[in-house]
Amino acid sequence: MTGVLNVRNLTAAILVIGLVLLPVYSHLAGDRFVLTLFTRIVIMAMAATSLNLILGYGGMMSFGHAAYLGIGGYAVGMLAHEGIYSGFVQWPVAIAASALFALVIGALSLRTRGVYFIMITLAFAQMAYYLVSGLARYGGDDGLTIYKRSQFIEPLNLSNKIQFYYLCLALLFATIFLIWRLINSRFGMAVQGARSNETRMRAIGFPTYRYRLACFVIAGTLGGLSGVLLANHGDFVSPAMMYWTRSGDLIIMVVLGGMATAFGPLIGAIALLLLEEFLPLIIKVAGTPFFGSSAAARGSEYWMIVMGPLLLLVVLFARGGIDGMLAKLGAKVSAKERS
Amino acid sequence: MSDLMLQAENLSKRFGGIVATDDLTLNVARGELHAVIGPNGAGKTTLIAQLSGQLRSDSGRIRFAGEDITALPPHQRSLSGLARSFQITSLFLDLSVLDNVALAVQAHAGHSFHFWRNARKDETLRAPARAALERAGLSDRADGPAAALSHGEHRQLELAMALAGNPRMLLLDEPMAGLGPEESGRMVAMLRALKQELTILLVEHDMEAVFALADRITVLVYGRVIASGTPEEIRANALVREAYLGEADKEGDHV
Repeated sequence: MTGVLNVRNLTAAILVIGLVLLPVYSHLAGDRFVLTLFTRIVIMAMAATSLNLILGYGGMMSFGHAAYLGIGGYAVGMLAHEGIYSGFVQWPVAIAASALFALVIGALSLRTRGVYFIMITLAFAQMAYYLVSGLARYGGDDGLTIYKRSQFIEPLNLSNKIQFYYLCLALLFATIFLIWRLINSRFGMAVQGARSNETRMRAIGFPTYRYRLACFVIAGTLGGLSGVLLANHGDFVSPAMMYWTRSGDLIIMVVLGGMATAFGPLIGAIALLLLEEFLPLIIKVAGTPFFGSSAAARGSEYWMIVMGPLLLLVVLFARGGIDGMLAKLGAKVSAKERS
Repeated sequence: MSDLMLQAENLSKRFGGIVATDDLTLNVARGELHAVIGPNGAGKTTLIAQLSGQLRSDSGRIRFAGEDITALPPHQRSLSGLARSFQITSLFLDLSVLDNVALAVQAHAGHSFHFWRNARKDETLRAPARAALERAGLSDRADGPAAALSHGEHRQLELAMALAGNPRMLLLDEPMAGLGPEESGRMVAMLRALKQELTILLVEHDMEAVFALADRITVLVYGRVIASGTPEEIRANALVREAYLGEADKEGDHV
Protein backbone atom coordinates (compact mmCIF):
# COMPACT_ATOMS: atom_id res chain seq x y z
CA MET A 1 0.00 0.00 0.00
CA THR A 2 2.99 2.31 0.45
CA GLY A 3 3.35 2.64 -3.32
CA VAL A 4 0.58 5.07 -4.20
CA LEU A 5 -1.62 5.56 -1.18
CA ASN A 6 0.66 7.17 1.41
CA VAL A 7 0.45 10.26 3.58
CA ARG A 8 2.42 12.39 1.11
CA ASN A 9 0.33 11.58 -1.94
CA LEU A 10 -2.84 11.86 0.11
CA THR A 11 -1.87 15.37 1.21
CA ALA A 12 -1.06 16.34 -2.37
CA ALA A 13 -4.41 14.97 -3.56
CA ILE A 14 -6.28 16.85 -0.83
CA LEU A 15 -4.44 20.04 -1.74
CA VAL A 16 -5.26 19.68 -5.42
CA ILE A 17 -8.92 18.95 -4.76
CA GLY A 18 -9.12 21.77 -2.20
CA LEU A 19 -7.59 24.28 -4.63
CA VAL A 20 -9.91 23.17 -7.43
CA LEU A 21 -12.99 23.50 -5.22
CA LEU A 22 -11.96 26.77 -3.54
CA PRO A 23 -14.00 29.09 -5.83
CA VAL A 24 -17.08 27.00 -5.08
CA TYR A 25 -16.60 27.64 -1.36
CA SER A 26 -15.83 31.30 -1.99
CA HIS A 27 -19.02 31.62 -4.03
CA LEU A 28 -21.24 29.78 -1.56
CA ALA A 29 -19.85 31.51 1.52
CA GLY A 30 -19.78 34.87 -0.24
CA ASP A 31 -16.12 35.14 0.82
CA ARG A 32 -14.32 37.03 -1.94
CA PHE A 33 -11.23 37.65 0.16
CA VAL A 34 -10.30 33.99 0.27
CA LEU A 35 -10.36 33.81 -3.54
CA THR A 36 -8.08 36.84 -3.86
CA LEU A 37 -5.73 35.44 -1.22
CA PHE A 38 -5.51 32.05 -2.87
CA THR A 39 -5.03 33.49 -6.35
CA ARG A 40 -1.96 35.18 -4.93
CA ILE A 41 -0.84 31.97 -3.19
CA VAL A 42 -1.22 29.98 -6.42
CA ILE A 43 0.85 32.53 -8.36
CA MET A 44 3.60 32.61 -5.72
CA ALA A 45 3.53 28.80 -5.60
CA MET A 46 4.19 28.79 -9.34
CA ALA A 47 7.18 31.11 -8.87
CA ALA A 48 8.45 28.92 -6.01
CA THR A 49 8.00 25.79 -8.14
CA SER A 50 10.09 27.35 -10.90
CA LEU A 51 12.77 28.29 -8.34
CA ASN A 52 12.72 24.71 -7.03
CA LEU A 53 13.84 23.50 -10.46
CA ILE A 54 17.20 25.24 -10.09
CA LEU A 55 17.44 25.37 -6.28
CA GLY A 56 16.16 21.92 -5.37
CA TYR A 57 16.90 19.78 -8.39
CA GLY A 58 19.80 21.74 -9.85
CA GLY A 59 21.55 22.77 -6.64
CA MET A 60 21.83 26.34 -7.93
CA MET A 61 21.22 28.66 -4.98
CA SER A 62 19.81 31.63 -6.88
CA PHE A 63 19.09 34.59 -4.63
CA GLY A 64 17.56 36.67 -7.38
CA HIS A 65 14.54 34.77 -8.53
CA ALA A 66 12.12 37.63 -7.77
CA ALA A 67 13.76 39.52 -10.65
CA TYR A 68 11.76 37.34 -13.04
CA LEU A 69 8.53 38.20 -11.25
CA GLY A 70 9.40 41.85 -11.85
CA ILE A 71 10.47 41.41 -15.46
CA GLY A 72 7.33 39.44 -16.36
CA GLY A 73 5.21 41.93 -14.46
CA TYR A 74 6.82 45.01 -15.96
CA ALA A 75 6.56 43.60 -19.48
CA VAL A 76 2.79 43.53 -18.94
CA GLY A 77 2.72 46.89 -17.15
CA MET A 78 4.86 48.79 -19.63
CA LEU A 79 3.04 47.44 -22.68
CA ALA A 80 -0.31 48.26 -21.07
CA HIS A 81 1.00 51.75 -20.29
CA GLU A 82 1.78 52.15 -24.00
CA GLY A 83 -1.72 51.04 -24.90
CA ILE A 84 -0.91 47.47 -25.90
CA TYR A 85 -3.32 45.27 -23.98
CA SER A 86 -3.35 42.12 -26.07
CA GLY A 87 -2.17 39.10 -24.08
CA PHE A 88 -0.97 37.62 -27.36
CA VAL A 89 1.66 40.37 -27.42
CA GLN A 90 2.21 40.94 -23.70
CA TRP A 91 2.74 37.33 -22.68
CA PRO A 92 5.26 36.33 -25.38
CA VAL A 93 7.19 39.56 -24.77
CA ALA A 94 7.26 38.87 -21.02
CA ILE A 95 8.38 35.30 -21.56
CA ALA A 96 11.06 36.28 -24.06
CA ALA A 97 12.33 39.08 -21.80
CA SER A 98 12.67 36.81 -18.77
CA ALA A 99 14.29 34.08 -20.86
CA LEU A 100 16.81 36.56 -22.22
CA PHE A 101 17.52 37.97 -18.76
CA ALA A 102 18.01 34.43 -17.40
CA LEU A 103 20.31 33.58 -20.30
CA VAL A 104 22.59 36.55 -19.64
CA ILE A 105 22.58 36.20 -15.84
CA GLY A 106 23.01 32.44 -16.06
CA ALA A 107 25.81 32.61 -18.61
CA LEU A 108 27.79 34.85 -16.26
CA SER A 109 26.85 33.54 -12.82
CA LEU A 110 27.05 29.81 -13.61
CA ARG A 111 30.80 30.18 -14.03
CA THR A 112 30.99 30.73 -10.28
CA ARG A 113 30.16 28.46 -7.36
CA GLY A 114 28.83 28.63 -3.84
CA VAL A 115 28.70 32.01 -2.15
CA TYR A 116 29.83 33.79 -5.31
CA PHE A 117 26.90 32.38 -7.24
CA ILE A 118 24.50 33.55 -4.54
CA MET A 119 26.04 37.02 -4.52
CA ILE A 120 26.05 37.41 -8.30
CA THR A 121 22.43 36.36 -8.76
CA LEU A 122 21.50 38.73 -5.91
CA ALA A 123 23.50 41.55 -7.47
CA PHE A 124 21.86 41.17 -10.89
CA ALA A 125 18.38 41.09 -9.36
CA GLN A 126 19.14 44.25 -7.38
CA MET A 127 20.44 45.87 -10.57
CA ALA A 128 17.11 45.12 -12.22
CA TYR A 129 15.36 46.55 -9.14
CA TYR A 130 17.25 49.84 -9.27
CA LEU A 131 16.92 50.04 -13.04
CA VAL A 132 13.14 49.80 -12.81
CA SER A 133 13.06 52.25 -9.86
CA GLY A 134 14.73 54.77 -12.14
CA LEU A 135 12.22 54.52 -14.98
CA ALA A 136 10.28 57.75 -14.40
CA ARG A 137 8.05 57.12 -17.41
CA TYR A 138 6.80 53.93 -15.79
CA GLY A 139 6.22 55.28 -12.31
CA GLY A 140 9.73 54.86 -10.91
CA ASP A 141 9.67 54.01 -7.21
CA ASP A 142 5.90 54.39 -7.00
CA GLY A 143 5.13 51.64 -9.46
CA LEU A 144 2.66 51.51 -12.26
CA THR A 145 -1.07 50.91 -12.19
CA ILE A 146 -2.43 48.59 -14.88
CA TYR A 147 -5.86 49.79 -15.93
CA LYS A 148 -6.77 46.85 -18.11
CA ARG A 149 -5.76 43.23 -17.65
CA SER A 150 -4.23 41.23 -20.55
CA GLN A 151 -6.82 40.86 -23.31
CA PHE A 152 -7.47 37.47 -24.87
CA ILE A 153 -10.21 36.20 -27.13
CA GLU A 154 -13.68 35.72 -25.58
CA PRO A 155 -14.75 33.85 -23.55
CA LEU A 156 -11.40 34.07 -21.72
CA ASN A 157 -11.66 37.15 -19.54
CA LEU A 158 -8.92 37.76 -16.98
CA SER A 159 -10.98 40.38 -15.17
CA ASN A 160 -13.37 37.64 -14.12
CA LYS A 161 -11.95 36.64 -10.71
CA ILE A 162 -13.01 33.00 -10.94
CA GLN A 163 -11.74 32.58 -14.50
CA PHE A 164 -8.48 34.21 -13.56
CA TYR A 165 -8.08 31.94 -10.53
CA TYR A 166 -8.61 28.84 -12.66
CA LEU A 167 -6.18 30.11 -15.27
CA CYS A 168 -3.51 30.58 -12.59
CA LEU A 169 -4.28 27.17 -11.08
CA ALA A 170 -4.10 25.47 -14.49
CA LEU A 171 -0.74 27.12 -15.17
CA LEU A 172 0.52 26.08 -11.71
CA PHE A 173 -0.46 22.45 -12.29
CA ALA A 174 1.03 22.60 -15.79
CA THR A 175 4.28 23.93 -14.30
CA ILE A 176 4.41 21.20 -11.65
CA PHE A 177 3.73 18.55 -14.29
CA LEU A 178 6.26 20.03 -16.74
CA ILE A 179 9.00 20.13 -14.11
CA TRP A 180 8.19 16.63 -12.96
CA ARG A 181 8.61 15.36 -16.55
CA LEU A 182 11.70 17.46 -16.98
CA ILE A 183 13.57 16.20 -13.95
CA ASN A 184 12.95 12.56 -14.87
CA SER A 185 14.11 13.05 -18.45
CA ARG A 186 17.68 12.69 -19.68
CA PHE A 187 18.03 16.42 -19.30
CA GLY A 188 16.84 16.20 -15.71
CA MET A 189 19.25 13.38 -14.91
CA ALA A 190 22.11 15.47 -16.31
CA VAL A 191 21.06 18.45 -14.16
CA GLN A 192 20.71 16.33 -11.02
CA GLY A 193 24.02 14.63 -11.69
CA ALA A 194 25.65 18.06 -11.87
CA ARG A 195 24.07 18.94 -8.51
CA SER A 196 25.30 15.72 -6.96
CA ASN A 197 28.87 15.73 -8.28
CA GLU A 198 29.82 18.12 -11.03
CA THR A 199 33.48 17.09 -11.28
CA ARG A 200 32.42 13.55 -11.92
CA MET A 201 29.81 14.61 -14.47
CA ARG A 202 32.49 16.35 -16.48
CA ALA A 203 34.83 13.40 -16.12
CA ILE A 204 32.27 11.00 -17.61
CA GLY A 205 31.63 13.29 -20.53
CA PHE A 206 28.88 15.81 -19.70
CA PRO A 207 29.37 19.44 -20.69
CA THR A 208 27.54 20.42 -17.48
CA TYR A 209 27.60 24.18 -18.05
CA ARG A 210 25.13 24.12 -20.92
CA TYR A 211 22.67 21.83 -19.14
CA ARG A 212 22.75 23.98 -16.02
CA LEU A 213 22.32 27.09 -18.15
CA ALA A 214 19.34 25.61 -20.02
CA CYS A 215 17.82 24.67 -16.65
CA PHE A 216 18.43 28.20 -15.35
CA VAL A 217 16.69 29.71 -18.39
CA ILE A 218 13.67 27.40 -18.12
CA ALA A 219 13.27 28.32 -14.44
CA GLY A 220 13.61 32.02 -15.23
CA THR A 221 11.03 31.82 -18.00
CA LEU A 222 8.51 30.13 -15.71
CA GLY A 223 9.32 32.75 -13.08
CA GLY A 224 8.56 35.45 -15.64
CA LEU A 225 5.23 33.83 -16.42
CA SER A 226 4.37 33.97 -12.71
CA GLY A 227 5.22 37.68 -12.85
CA VAL A 228 2.76 38.15 -15.71
CA LEU A 229 0.05 36.60 -13.56
CA LEU A 230 1.07 38.59 -10.48
CA ALA A 231 0.85 41.88 -12.40
CA ASN A 232 -2.60 40.99 -13.71
CA HIS A 233 -3.69 39.89 -10.26
CA GLY A 234 -2.64 43.10 -8.52
CA ASP A 235 -3.48 45.39 -11.46
CA PHE A 236 -0.24 47.02 -10.42
CA VAL A 237 3.51 46.56 -10.73
CA SER A 238 6.24 48.13 -8.61
CA PRO A 239 9.96 47.65 -8.06
CA ALA A 240 9.10 45.98 -4.72
CA MET A 241 8.08 42.90 -6.74
CA MET A 242 11.74 42.20 -7.40
CA TYR A 243 13.31 43.40 -4.15
CA TRP A 244 15.75 40.92 -2.64
CA THR A 245 13.49 40.09 0.31
CA ARG A 246 10.97 38.80 -2.21
CA SER A 247 13.65 36.44 -3.57
CA GLY A 248 14.18 35.38 0.04
CA ASP A 249 10.46 34.65 0.44
CA LEU A 250 10.61 32.35 -2.59
CA ILE A 251 13.60 30.50 -1.15
CA ILE A 252 11.77 30.12 2.18
CA MET A 253 8.74 28.67 0.38
CA VAL A 254 10.90 26.07 -1.35
CA VAL A 255 12.88 25.12 1.77
CA LEU A 256 9.83 25.17 4.03
CA GLY A 257 7.78 22.99 1.70
CA GLY A 258 10.56 20.62 0.73
CA MET A 259 13.36 21.05 -1.79
CA ALA A 260 13.47 18.82 -4.86
CA THR A 261 9.91 17.57 -4.42
CA ALA A 262 7.05 18.06 -6.86
CA PHE A 263 4.55 19.56 -4.40
CA GLY A 264 6.92 20.98 -1.78
CA PRO A 265 6.99 24.55 -3.15
CA LEU A 266 3.18 24.62 -3.33
CA ILE A 267 2.93 23.42 0.28
CA GLY A 268 5.57 25.97 1.30
CA ALA A 269 3.81 28.83 -0.48
CA ILE A 270 0.50 27.98 1.16
CA ALA A 271 2.11 27.65 4.61
CA LEU A 272 4.16 30.85 4.40
CA LEU A 273 1.49 33.08 2.92
CA LEU A 274 -1.26 31.80 5.23
CA LEU A 275 1.01 32.33 8.24
CA GLU A 276 1.83 35.83 7.01
CA GLU A 277 -1.88 36.52 6.68
CA PHE A 278 -3.20 34.95 9.86
CA LEU A 279 -0.33 34.99 12.35
CA PRO A 280 -1.07 38.62 13.37
CA LEU A 281 -4.69 37.66 13.93
CA ILE A 282 -3.76 34.56 15.92
CA ILE A 283 -1.40 36.56 18.13
CA LYS A 284 -4.10 39.13 18.72
CA VAL A 285 -6.75 36.60 19.66
CA ALA A 286 -4.42 34.44 21.75
CA GLY A 287 -2.90 37.45 23.51
CA THR A 288 -6.09 39.27 24.43
CA PRO A 289 -6.99 37.24 27.58
CA PHE A 290 -3.48 37.77 28.98
CA PHE A 291 -2.47 41.28 27.96
CA GLY A 292 -5.74 43.01 27.11
CA SER A 293 -6.91 43.72 23.60
CA SER A 294 -4.90 46.88 22.89
CA ALA A 295 -1.58 45.38 23.99
CA ALA A 296 -2.30 42.20 22.02
CA ALA A 297 -3.13 44.26 18.93
CA ARG A 298 0.15 46.10 19.25
CA GLY A 299 1.90 42.78 19.80
CA SER A 300 0.40 41.37 16.64
CA GLU A 301 2.47 43.81 14.62
CA TYR A 302 5.49 41.83 15.71
CA TRP A 303 4.22 38.57 14.19
CA MET A 304 7.60 38.07 12.54
CA ILE A 305 9.05 37.34 16.00
CA VAL A 306 6.92 34.20 16.00
CA MET A 307 7.43 33.49 12.32
CA GLY A 308 11.24 33.50 12.51
CA PRO A 309 11.63 30.80 15.17
CA LEU A 310 8.93 28.76 13.43
CA LEU A 311 10.95 28.72 10.21
CA LEU A 312 14.08 27.96 12.19
CA LEU A 313 12.40 24.92 13.76
CA VAL A 314 11.38 23.53 10.39
CA VAL A 315 14.86 24.02 8.94
CA LEU A 316 16.57 22.50 12.01
CA PHE A 317 14.29 19.58 12.69
CA ALA A 318 12.63 18.79 9.39
CA ARG A 319 15.42 18.56 6.87
CA GLY A 320 13.09 17.77 4.00
CA GLY A 321 10.68 20.58 4.90
CA ILE A 322 6.99 19.92 5.39
CA ASP A 323 6.99 17.37 2.59
CA GLY A 324 9.81 15.54 4.37
CA MET A 325 7.79 15.48 7.61
CA LEU A 326 4.83 14.01 5.73
CA ALA A 327 7.09 11.33 4.23
CA LYS A 328 8.42 10.42 7.71
CA LEU A 329 4.89 10.36 9.08
CA GLY A 330 3.90 8.09 6.20
CA ALA A 331 6.78 5.73 6.95
CA LYS A 332 5.68 5.54 10.61
CA VAL A 333 2.08 4.83 9.64
CA SER A 334 3.00 2.03 7.26
CA ALA A 335 5.41 0.56 9.83
CA LYS A 336 2.57 0.46 12.35
CA GLU A 337 0.31 -1.20 9.80
CA ARG A 338 2.86 -3.94 9.24
CA SER A 339 3.38 -4.71 12.94
CA MET B 1 52.75 3.45 -34.62
CA SER B 2 49.21 2.11 -34.54
CA ASP B 3 50.14 -0.38 -31.83
CA LEU B 4 50.42 2.49 -29.33
CA MET B 5 47.18 3.36 -27.60
CA LEU B 6 48.46 6.24 -25.52
CA GLN B 7 51.55 8.34 -26.01
CA ALA B 8 52.56 11.05 -23.59
CA GLU B 9 55.51 13.09 -24.81
CA ASN B 10 57.57 15.39 -22.63
CA LEU B 11 54.71 16.23 -20.25
CA SER B 12 55.38 18.80 -17.54
CA LYS B 13 53.28 20.24 -14.74
CA ARG B 14 54.36 22.68 -12.06
CA PHE B 15 52.46 23.84 -9.02
CA GLY B 16 54.29 26.97 -7.96
CA GLY B 17 57.82 25.83 -7.20
CA ILE B 18 56.94 22.16 -7.08
CA VAL B 19 57.53 20.11 -10.19
CA ALA B 20 54.87 17.41 -10.18
CA THR B 21 55.53 16.09 -13.67
CA ASP B 22 58.98 16.60 -15.10
CA ASP B 23 59.48 16.07 -18.84
CA LEU B 24 57.70 12.74 -18.68
CA THR B 25 57.39 10.41 -21.66
CA LEU B 26 55.21 7.33 -21.46
CA ASN B 27 53.91 4.91 -24.08
CA VAL B 28 51.12 2.41 -23.51
CA ALA B 29 50.70 -0.28 -26.16
CA ARG B 30 47.27 -1.35 -27.34
CA GLY B 31 45.92 -4.17 -25.18
CA GLU B 32 48.49 -3.99 -22.42
CA LEU B 33 48.00 -3.36 -18.75
CA HIS B 34 50.55 -0.74 -17.94
CA ALA B 35 51.15 0.00 -14.27
CA VAL B 36 52.59 3.23 -12.94
CA ILE B 37 54.18 2.98 -9.51
CA GLY B 38 56.23 5.27 -7.37
CA PRO B 39 56.58 6.50 -3.79
CA ASN B 40 54.10 8.98 -2.34
CA GLY B 41 54.31 12.35 -4.03
CA ALA B 42 55.85 10.91 -7.19
CA GLY B 43 53.16 12.61 -9.27
CA LYS B 44 51.06 9.59 -10.18
CA THR B 45 47.68 11.20 -9.58
CA THR B 46 48.85 14.38 -11.32
CA LEU B 47 49.78 12.27 -14.32
CA ILE B 48 46.31 10.67 -14.40
CA ALA B 49 44.72 14.12 -14.14
CA GLN B 50 46.84 15.34 -17.06
CA LEU B 51 46.03 12.30 -19.18
CA SER B 52 42.30 12.57 -18.47
CA GLY B 53 42.35 16.30 -19.13
CA GLN B 54 41.42 17.47 -15.65
CA LEU B 55 44.72 19.31 -15.41
CA ARG B 56 46.24 21.25 -18.26
CA SER B 57 49.85 20.35 -18.91
CA ASP B 58 52.37 23.19 -18.93
CA SER B 59 54.07 21.57 -21.90
CA GLY B 60 54.18 18.32 -23.81
CA ARG B 61 51.74 16.40 -25.99
CA ILE B 62 49.30 13.56 -25.45
CA ARG B 63 48.17 11.28 -28.25
CA PHE B 64 45.36 8.78 -27.85
CA ALA B 65 44.86 6.10 -30.53
CA GLY B 66 47.00 8.19 -32.86
CA GLU B 67 45.09 11.43 -32.37
CA ASP B 68 46.43 14.48 -30.60
CA ILE B 69 44.16 15.05 -27.58
CA THR B 70 46.39 17.58 -25.78
CA ALA B 71 43.87 20.39 -26.20
CA LEU B 72 40.69 18.36 -25.58
CA PRO B 73 38.66 19.01 -22.40
CA PRO B 74 37.92 16.03 -20.09
CA HIS B 75 34.47 15.24 -21.42
CA GLN B 76 35.68 14.99 -24.99
CA ARG B 77 38.56 12.73 -23.98
CA SER B 78 36.07 10.56 -22.17
CA LEU B 79 33.80 10.45 -25.23
CA SER B 80 36.70 9.43 -27.45
CA GLY B 81 37.08 6.29 -25.33
CA LEU B 82 39.52 7.24 -22.59
CA ALA B 83 37.71 6.62 -19.28
CA ARG B 84 39.06 7.23 -15.81
CA SER B 85 38.19 6.11 -12.31
CA PHE B 86 38.91 8.25 -9.29
CA GLN B 87 41.27 7.56 -6.41
CA ILE B 88 38.96 9.25 -3.96
CA THR B 89 35.59 7.70 -4.65
CA SER B 90 33.62 10.25 -6.59
CA LEU B 91 30.06 9.10 -7.11
CA PHE B 92 26.53 10.47 -7.20
CA LEU B 93 25.81 9.43 -3.64
CA ASP B 94 22.22 10.69 -3.53
CA LEU B 95 21.24 8.73 -6.65
CA SER B 96 20.68 4.99 -6.95
CA VAL B 97 23.50 2.63 -7.96
CA LEU B 98 21.85 1.99 -11.30
CA ASP B 99 21.30 5.74 -11.83
CA ASN B 100 25.04 6.28 -11.36
CA VAL B 101 25.92 3.87 -14.13
CA ALA B 102 23.00 4.97 -16.33
CA LEU B 103 24.37 8.52 -16.19
CA ALA B 104 27.70 7.22 -17.42
CA VAL B 105 25.90 5.45 -20.28
CA GLN B 106 23.90 8.60 -21.02
CA ALA B 107 27.12 10.60 -21.30
CA HIS B 108 28.02 8.50 -24.34
CA ALA B 109 24.55 8.47 -25.89
CA GLY B 110 24.65 11.85 -27.59
CA HIS B 111 23.45 15.12 -26.11
CA SER B 112 21.04 15.14 -23.20
CA PHE B 113 18.64 17.81 -24.42
CA HIS B 114 15.75 15.36 -24.22
CA PHE B 115 13.16 16.93 -21.98
CA TRP B 116 10.19 14.63 -21.94
CA ARG B 117 10.78 10.86 -21.96
CA ASN B 118 11.43 9.24 -18.61
CA ALA B 119 15.15 8.42 -18.57
CA ARG B 120 14.68 5.91 -15.76
CA LYS B 121 12.47 3.81 -18.03
CA ASP B 122 14.69 4.19 -21.09
CA GLU B 123 16.06 0.71 -21.88
CA THR B 124 18.74 2.14 -24.20
CA LEU B 125 20.27 3.57 -21.01
CA ARG B 126 19.16 1.04 -18.41
CA ALA B 127 20.17 -2.17 -20.22
CA PRO B 128 23.84 -1.21 -20.83
CA ALA B 129 23.99 0.15 -17.27
CA ARG B 130 22.79 -3.18 -15.88
CA ALA B 131 25.31 -4.99 -18.08
CA ALA B 132 28.16 -2.84 -16.74
CA LEU B 133 27.01 -3.48 -13.15
CA GLU B 134 27.01 -7.18 -13.94
CA ARG B 135 30.60 -7.00 -15.19
CA ALA B 136 31.62 -5.20 -12.03
CA GLY B 137 29.75 -7.71 -9.89
CA LEU B 138 27.22 -5.29 -8.43
CA SER B 139 23.94 -6.44 -10.00
CA ASP B 140 22.28 -7.24 -6.69
CA ARG B 141 22.77 -3.69 -5.35
CA ALA B 142 21.41 -1.90 -8.44
CA ASP B 143 18.31 -0.33 -6.91
CA GLY B 144 19.73 0.83 -3.57
CA PRO B 145 21.18 4.30 -3.03
CA ALA B 146 24.88 4.63 -3.86
CA ALA B 147 25.49 6.06 -0.38
CA ALA B 148 24.54 2.71 1.19
CA LEU B 149 27.34 0.74 -0.49
CA SER B 150 30.47 -0.39 1.34
CA HIS B 151 33.85 1.04 0.43
CA GLY B 152 34.73 -1.98 -1.67
CA GLU B 153 31.42 -1.78 -3.49
CA HIS B 154 32.03 1.91 -4.19
CA ARG B 155 35.20 0.85 -5.96
CA GLN B 156 33.26 -1.69 -7.99
CA LEU B 157 30.72 1.00 -8.86
CA GLU B 158 33.56 3.28 -9.96
CA LEU B 159 34.69 0.53 -12.28
CA ALA B 160 31.17 -0.10 -13.59
CA MET B 161 30.85 3.59 -14.43
CA ALA B 162 34.16 3.61 -16.23
CA LEU B 163 33.03 0.56 -18.21
CA ALA B 164 29.61 1.96 -19.02
CA GLY B 165 30.77 4.04 -21.95
CA ASN B 166 32.46 1.05 -23.62
CA PRO B 167 35.85 2.75 -23.41
CA ARG B 168 38.91 1.67 -25.38
CA MET B 169 41.18 2.47 -22.49
CA LEU B 170 40.83 2.79 -18.72
CA LEU B 171 42.83 5.09 -16.48
CA LEU B 172 42.53 3.54 -13.03
CA ASP B 173 43.71 5.59 -10.08
CA GLU B 174 44.37 3.25 -7.15
CA PRO B 175 41.36 0.97 -7.52
CA MET B 176 42.54 -1.13 -4.53
CA ALA B 177 42.99 1.80 -2.16
CA GLY B 178 41.50 1.00 1.22
CA LEU B 179 40.24 -2.45 0.26
CA GLY B 180 40.54 -5.47 2.54
CA PRO B 181 42.43 -8.56 1.30
CA GLU B 182 39.29 -10.30 0.14
CA GLU B 183 37.95 -7.29 -1.72
CA SER B 184 41.38 -6.69 -3.25
CA GLY B 185 41.43 -10.26 -4.50
CA ARG B 186 38.05 -9.75 -6.17
CA MET B 187 39.26 -6.53 -7.79
CA VAL B 188 42.41 -8.23 -9.13
CA ALA B 189 40.29 -10.99 -10.64
CA MET B 190 38.02 -8.40 -12.21
CA LEU B 191 40.91 -6.41 -13.67
CA ARG B 192 42.46 -9.59 -15.02
CA ALA B 193 39.22 -10.28 -16.90
CA LEU B 194 39.00 -6.69 -18.19
CA LYS B 195 42.59 -6.79 -19.38
CA GLN B 196 41.53 -9.22 -22.10
CA GLU B 197 39.34 -6.57 -23.72
CA LEU B 198 40.83 -3.20 -22.82
CA THR B 199 44.01 -1.22 -22.58
CA ILE B 200 44.55 -0.21 -18.96
CA LEU B 201 46.80 2.29 -17.25
CA LEU B 202 46.89 1.37 -13.58
CA VAL B 203 48.23 3.56 -10.82
CA GLU B 204 48.45 1.43 -7.70
CA HIS B 205 50.23 1.15 -4.38
CA ASP B 206 49.46 -2.52 -3.90
CA MET B 207 52.67 -4.10 -5.22
CA GLU B 208 51.36 -7.62 -5.09
CA ALA B 209 48.48 -6.64 -7.38
CA VAL B 210 50.72 -4.63 -9.70
CA PHE B 211 53.22 -7.43 -10.23
CA ALA B 212 50.43 -9.95 -10.66
CA LEU B 213 48.60 -7.93 -13.29
CA ALA B 214 50.96 -5.67 -15.20
CA ASP B 215 52.43 -6.38 -18.62
CA ARG B 216 54.71 -3.40 -18.23
CA ILE B 217 55.58 -1.16 -15.31
CA THR B 218 56.78 2.44 -15.28
CA VAL B 219 58.38 3.78 -12.11
CA LEU B 220 58.01 7.47 -11.27
CA VAL B 221 60.07 9.39 -8.75
CA TYR B 222 59.54 13.13 -8.33
CA GLY B 223 57.63 13.34 -11.59
CA ARG B 224 60.33 11.62 -13.61
CA VAL B 225 60.41 8.17 -15.19
CA ILE B 226 63.34 6.34 -13.66
CA ALA B 227 62.59 2.98 -15.23
CA SER B 228 60.13 1.29 -17.54
CA GLY B 229 59.90 -2.36 -18.48
CA THR B 230 58.43 -5.77 -17.77
CA PRO B 231 57.81 -6.77 -14.14
CA GLU B 232 60.97 -8.90 -14.22
CA GLU B 233 63.08 -6.02 -15.54
CA ILE B 234 61.68 -3.67 -12.91
CA ARG B 235 62.32 -6.18 -10.15
CA ALA B 236 65.90 -6.51 -11.31
CA ASN B 237 66.51 -2.77 -11.84
CA ALA B 238 69.05 -1.43 -9.36
CA LEU B 239 67.78 2.16 -9.56
CA VAL B 240 64.27 1.08 -8.76
CA ARG B 241 65.35 -1.10 -5.87
CA GLU B 242 67.24 1.81 -4.42
CA ALA B 243 64.67 4.51 -5.01
CA TYR B 244 61.50 2.66 -4.32
CA LEU B 245 61.37 -1.02 -3.65
CA GLY B 246 64.25 -0.69 -1.18
CA GLU B 247 62.24 1.71 0.89
CA ALA B 248 59.24 -0.56 0.72
CA ASP B 249 61.33 -3.53 1.88
CA LYS B 250 62.49 -1.60 4.89
CA GLU B 251 58.88 -0.90 5.78
CA GLY B 252 58.24 -4.62 5.63
CA ASP B 253 56.35 -4.75 2.34
CA HIS B 254 57.20 -7.92 0.48
CA VAL B 255 57.44 -7.64 -3.22
